[in-house]
Amino acid sequence: MAHEHKLAIFQGLIKFKSNITKIWGVLIFLTIITAIEVGLGIYKAELPQFFMDSFLGMKALNWIFIILTIVKAYYITWDFMHMRDETKALRRMVVWTAVFLICYLVFILLQEGGYIESVYTNGFIKKDF
Amino acid sequence: MNTTVATTGTEGKAWGGGNLPLKSSYGKMMMWFFIVSDALTFSGFLAAYGFSRFKFIDSWPIADEVFTHVPFFHGNYPMIYVAFMTFILIMSSVTMVLAVDAGHHMNQKKVTWYMFLTVIGGVIFVGSQAWEWNTFIKGEYGAVQTNGGNILQFGEYVDVEGEQKFKRVAIADFAKVAHGDRVQHENKNGIWYESEGSLPEYSVDEVYNGLATNSNILIRNQIINEDGEKTVLSREESLKQLKADGKLVVHGANLKVNEYGSPLFADFFFFITGFHGFHVFSGVIINIIIFFNVIIGTYERRKNYEMVEKVGLYWHFVDLVWVFVFTFFYLV
Repeated sequence: MAHEHKLAIFQGLIKFKSNITKIWGVLIFLTIITAIEVGLGIYKAELPQFFMDSFLGMKALNWIFIILTIVKAYYITWDFMHMRDETKALRRMVVWTAVFLICYLVFILLQEGGYIESVYTNGFIKKDF
Repeated sequence: MNTTVATTGTEGKAWGGGNLPLKSSYGKMMMWFFIVSDALTFSGFLAAYGFSRFKFIDSWPIADEVFTHVPFFHGNYPMIYVAFMTFILIMSSVTMVLAVDAGHHMNQKKVTWYMFLTVIGGVIFVGSQAWEWNTFIKGEYGAVQTNGGNILQFGEYVDVEGEQKFKRVAIADFAKVAHGDRVQHENKNGIWYESEGSLPEYSVDEVYNGLATNSNILIRNQIINEDGEKTVLSREESLKQLKADGKLVVHGANLKVNEYGSPLFADFFFFITGFHGFHVFSGVIINIIIFFNVIIGTYERRKNYEMVEKVGLYWHFVDLVWVFVFTFFYLV
């Protein structure tokens, strides 16, 4: 069993000497991202107004959280689960199936949740009694 | 021998069979397919959570006010403990990859150690989650539920470094206890199939009397205002609303009531973190089995450690799910 690992991350910006140093490098990167998320979460109230502005139906800060999470998920899958070393076909089979179905599901549910909220708010339904 | 083997003339051709287009073993591929389907299950749960949250977008509980506890420390530390839990799980993911890597080098001793550390990380995580559940179920200040199912919380304005800040006050600290006017309904006293659970510590009247005598205490309702904070009512409105709408004193959270706001928040919290915690728990069990297999040399004799790799995939997946649960329950 030959196990060849691709040792470059960030599109080849950082190249590691061995698989073990790559694992530690990815850990440091994931820790930094988590620290940024937690920092933003704790100091939510003191952040400049830009973060609280609504962007595509959600606060800009929430978009930042979601994007950082997807970045984390990418590195967990690619480097810890060795997706980087799998064939293109296997990678696409797994990733695109999940991504497509999840986007579909999330879109429908959030859309309908927003609709029901509008009925509660504008539909003469009394909620506070 | 040549006569017994049929030559089909397809050797080396694309459709001749025996190809491995994905260059992956059967077991690993099946683990990937299981992970895809499990990922869809979890995204179903999280999307349902998003649905309920969008439905009550103007009154959803603020996570920073719910999960503020750290074991052994008093005070208000939002996020710190979950951040610790996240780090533990990522760390145990790292020891898992290191175990897989050591397996590729057929290093039994190293695999044993790294598997051991992975199991320890998993156990710490599950323990932390149990503690988090316990704190959430017990609750802190208590609140009053209205006829419409909304939550009224209590607090007062205090001076923090020259700024007026709203601080929660526990019901136990101001309610005026009246004696013996409420008897628990038992099935032997009435209709045999109807009985009630333990009584709430205080009745709404007791809370109202306490509120009336303490002029500094105000009510905060669930509605989120433009500053992203819950609305605080004036003194007159507080008294009026508690008198008119107050129905039940709740303390802590369970599947029916939640002192922090919408009961759906508690339902989804228990369901999603519970389902994830169950995954972590079964991951720990599987890791322990593999750990002992490594010790007794099963994979040494098999001459490959692919089993460690397959279990590793599952374990990383659990970490992956947690990253999303963390974002959607605690951050967003």
